[in-house]
Amino acid sequence: MADPKVLPQAPAIEREPLFSPQNRTVLKDPLSDNNPITIQVLGICSALAVTTQVKPSLVMGIAVIFVLVFSNLIISLMRNLIPNNVRIIVQMTVVASLVVVVDQVLKAYAYDVSRQLSVFVALIITNCIIMGRLEAFAMTNKPWPSVLDALGNGLGYALVILAVGFCRELFGSGKIFGLQVIPQALYNAGYVDNGLMVLAPGAFILMGLLIWAQRRMSGYAEEA
Amino acid sequence: MELVNLALKAIFVENILLAFFLGMCSFLAVSKQVKTAIGLGFAVIFVLGITVPINWLVHEFLLKSGSLAWVSPAMAEVDLSFLNFIAFIAVIAAMVQLVEMVIEKTSTGLYHALGIYLPLITVNCSILGGSLFMVERSYSFSESLVFGLSSGVGWALAIIALASIREKIRYSNVPPALRGLGITMLLTGLMSIGFMSFSGISL
Repeated sequence: MADPKVLPQAPAIEREPLFSPQNRTVLKDPLSDNNPITIQVLGICSALAVTTQVKPSLVMGIAVIFVLVFSNLIISLMRNLIPNNVRIIVQMTVVASLVVVVDQVLKAYAYDVSRQLSVFVALIITNCIIMGRLEAFAMTNKPWPSVLDALGNGLGYALVILAVGFCRELFGSGKIFGLQVIPQALYNAGYVDNGLMVLAPGAFILMGLLIWAQRRMSGYAEEA
Repeated sequence: MELVNLALKAIFVENILLAFFLGMCSFLAVSKQVKTAIGLGFAVIFVLGITVPINWLVHEFLLKSGSLAWVSPAMAEVDLSFLNFIAFIAVIAAMVQLVEMVIEKTSTGLYHALGIYLPLITVNCSILGGSLFMVERSYSFSESLVFGLSSGVGWALAIIALASIREKIRYSNVPPALRGLGITMLLTGLMSIGFMSFSGISL
């Protein structure tokens, strides 16, 4: 399998034939050590906007994984055919077409979620994770590692937005997936939902704290 | 008067960055210095002010359901609105290129000020987001022009404010893991709370 230039090493745990150690790194690294949101700082916009509840976060995560995997695969297959100076336009076209597919499917089968996500499904086109991975990985690597890289980054993204969505829905409205989880007795005792959580500032602050915690654990630090 | 109201709303109450989170990537990446933030801010105002009205024309006369009736009555039923995203992003990419070329020919000073930031803007989600909001809220032409410009102003305001805070915070002792992205997010959250106090204002 191809070897990408800059891959920080991570300890290998599972053992499967198709997954050479390098490919495992490609898949696993973005989950924590090189997470697209908290470390690479890509795709923050949608991560903040759709996470008021768990359900839209889940749908958004799946949509991004889908678009990322297929665009990485397509671009990687075409990488030797694309002239260098029009590559951005080619990438945009591929991504935009995939996003149209996702949008139409969502409108057909999950209309209420599609309404809730509103413009943010379309904004997957300009989601920097997708462009970033296409530029940094798919343009220079073979299809199979590219798919793994896309899957890893997509999962890393989904993981973070699910965590944020979980916290915001739990503390903001006391529900998970729309089901009441904080018992009525607690409200009777004087507990109040934190309304700030579902508003924009709550998202920023929660994301800031999450980034803090994640970087603390992975030991990553930026220069000030 | 309604247009003034719309402008106020787009700049302060529903700031495209602090309330809708659009354009976060470049917001976080380019807000280290006030000077570059001002450059990028003006480029965004410029491009948003141009692309939103143009996309309005594209949507109104080419893509909207029944909008092709002016070509021939037989095409009155055609609905191309599923092509919205592709058309918008193409218009944006093309406009950014065009604007860059025009500026380069006409004004060297402006080109040097904005030049490097213009290509970045194609992938700034606030530009595409502006066009999408314009469709979703079915603005008229003049409204979309005002909306485009004032969203840009709101975005520029936010990035310039953040850049000034970040220039100051360089002298503070922030915990290592919180440095950079983490503290910036917390700052943006506080700024967003500040902007929330504008809500309810209307003329």
